Amino acid sequence: MTAEIRTSDGELLSVKLKKVERRRRTTAFLLAAPLLFFIVFAYVIPIFQMLGRSIDNAEMNSFLTETHEVMQTWDGSEMPGEDVTSTFYYELKTAVENKYHGKIATRLNYEKGGFTSLIKKTSRKLKNFDENANFLDQFIDVHKKWGDIEYWQALKRGTDAYHFRKYLTTFDYEQKFDGSIERIPEKLRINVTLWLRTIFVAVGVTFCCFILAYPISHLLSVLPTRYSNLLMICVLLPFWTSLLVRTSSWMVLLQKQGVLNDTLVSLGFVADESRLELMYNMTGTFIAMTQILLPFMVLPLYSVMKTISPSLMRAATSMGATPFHAFRKIYFPLTYAGISAGSILVFVLAIGYYITPALVGGAKGILISNRIAYHMQQSLDWSLATAMATVLLIAVLVVYWLYNKIVGIDNMRLG
Amino acid sequence: MNSKKSDFVKFEQVDKSYDGKELVVKGLDLDIAEGEFLTLLGPSGSGKTTTLMMLAGFETPTNGEIYFDGRPINNIPPHKRGIGMVFQNYALFPHLSVYENLAFPLKVRKVDKSEIEERINKTLKMVSLTGFENRMPAQLSGGQQQRVAVARALVFDPKLVLMDEPLGALDKNLRESMQYELKHIHESLGVTVVYVTHDQGEALTMSNRIAVFNDGKVQQLSGPNELYETPVNSFVASFIGENNTFTGTVKEIASGSAKIETESGETIVANPIAVSSSGEKSRISLRPERVSIDPNEQLENKFTSEIREIIYHGDHTRVRVNLLGNDDFILKVPNASSDLKLNVGDKLDLGWSSHDCRALDY
Repeated sequence: MTAEIRTSDGELLSVKLKKVERRRRTTAFLLAAPLLFFIVFAYVIPIFQMLGRSIDNAEMNSFLTETHEVMQTWDGSEMPGEDVTSTFYYELKTAVENKYHGKIATRLNYEKGGFTSLIKKTSRKLKNFDENANFLDQFIDVHKKWGDIEYWQALKRGTDAYHFRKYLTTFDYEQKFDGSIERIPEKLRINVTLWLRTIFVAVGVTFCCFILAYPISHLLSVLPTRYSNLLMICVLLPFWTSLLVRTSSWMVLLQKQGVLNDTLVSLGFVADESRLELMYNMTGTFIAMTQILLPFMVLPLYSVMKTISPSLMRAATSMGATPFHAFRKIYFPLTYAGISAGSILVFVLAIGYYITPALVGGAKGILISNRIAYHMQQSLDWSLATAMATVLLIAVLVVYWLYNKIVGIDNMRLG
Repeated sequence: MNSKKSDFVKFEQVDKSYDGKELVVKGLDLDIAEGEFLTLLGPSGSGKTTTLMMLAGFETPTNGEIYFDGRPINNIPPHKRGIGMVFQNYALFPHLSVYENLAFPLKVRKVDKSEIEERINKTLKMVSLTGFENRMPAQLSGGQQQRVAVARALVFDPKLVLMDEPLGALDKNLRESMQYELKHIHESLGVTVVYVTHDQGEALTMSNRIAVFNDGKVQQLSGPNELYETPVNSFVASFIGENNTFTGTVKEIASGSAKIETESGETIVANPIAVSSSGEKSRISLRPERVSIDPNEQLENKFTSEIREIIYHGDHTRVRVNLLGNDDFILKVPNASSDLKLNVGDKLDLGWSSHDCRALDY
């Protein structure tokens, strides 16, 4: 048992120490606070809100709350009863009066095609309804689609407060109205292809960056400062140029009538009529992304290589190792930290890359991020877009977790 | 001893230039005998490290040839030379344990496992690091790292071991004990060692012979005591140990003695080493401990000086005096002669033998 240690003025040492250090800790926290708040409010909260949209259907649920509740008693095996149809009539009427029936139409259209026109036509004819007659018959009179039970099933499902169906869509699956999960028809499948392509491109670009960056970084680390600064500027030059400008210059170089093809043709390597397809396909995406992401591999590698004393290689060769053996057993293992840091950086950036594939990728070279953008901007299916973004985020986190397991984040050196 | 070669390593007219403008090593001729501990000593930029790197194979001579055990080695890459090397900052492989560091040269040579273990145990015992096999280099103190580096250079039984200022990063006490340890290892193994340092104390303690480098050339190659007692030129005299100098002109020269008139007009009788005719300019070198205070015996040189400063050094006292116009003339007074009363401004009679006072090049 240790005796309690007290300071000269009789206070407990541990208490006194805390008191003395509290001021410093408070100052440190205050200095970090602006950034912390910025990250929380500008980054963490919006991201979770966006991610929530992938399962959130609360708005739709609030538009047709009662219909949804009534429908819980309907098992969906045969046409709904008057309780359902009448509730739906009154709620749709309110929607038309308050002019949000358009939103209902769009949302329901994600559940089943044809709903847009169905709701719009029905809304127009709503004022002609006789509130004392059979509502289902009147609905069917307005549009014969109301006679198809699937539309009612879609209505039931589409008013759930939240659902996970967008995640099925993300992987080209769908949930049938009977609850079974199936792959969507083959000609509609696109997302899985894009996921696989995205992972392939991310891994491939990471590998290409590694192959290109390793010798450059080594050169940078051994050259005298005068030359290494110059080379470093060459490596960093892309950073100082706008991403759009860089990508556009790749378009100038790579297109069919571009600089590269012209050169190859004039040198006679390629016939004029069979110019290489370097753009609007995977090749273009690969080349441009590798170039743009190269610095992210060079910098961590360089920072690690800079710390490796040249005498280690000399020591290894003086002990009889061939230069290759010395490289494999001594130099290369010492650069693991840089390789892993650079690789994870490039991989994470590549897996979510957007502009470059959008500009030079064409239809065959687009990636999952382009699909997310499409759903955000054109199809306006934000739930699907955010579901995809969530899957992407989880994929990155999994990679990060694996990395931590295998290499350890502590071993990462970014520069 | 007869079987040992006197030219185990031979530098023959070796020149080295890095930039094509300046020679870092100029016309180096050097024989290193088998089993010898030879130190290359010199100020930084004198070419000693370059010489060592050429021998190790990391630098190529611009001209001339180096022979190792009778074979020319200019075109043999470092990994085929079989020369052990200890580097300035130890160059231990940071990602390998002590055991793996030592096993590296053996694995490269495809020595089988049991023998690797045996040799490592033996070598670690020699540097008294038994039990440290599984430590990583970062977990060792500077002195321990140093021993591992030495062990690693010796574990594959090289015939020649090169050491590039291996003790430079250690503190003074550790450096001194490591000096003795290296000396003992050398004596017990009989391996040839070429050692580079700029620390003269280190060189004098450990070496069989010392090659003093300056300006790309070997100024003097001899044993430690000759180097100290009989330096052949003023660079060596001033580089090794403490030294009082006078400059003057040779007035008279006979065998074994020369009369030199200093700038202040007095005449000093000196031992002509690097002067041969009268009228030559000369720098006279005199070790502080060879000067007698209040001399009673017959000495050729007797002068009176004035004390300028007294510096207490524990075991001895250093006295700076003005003598023949030289304000920086240093005397070493051992602490035993405590009866001697010294005060700044006092006059002090000094004398020394002409034999100890060497007339060197200007």
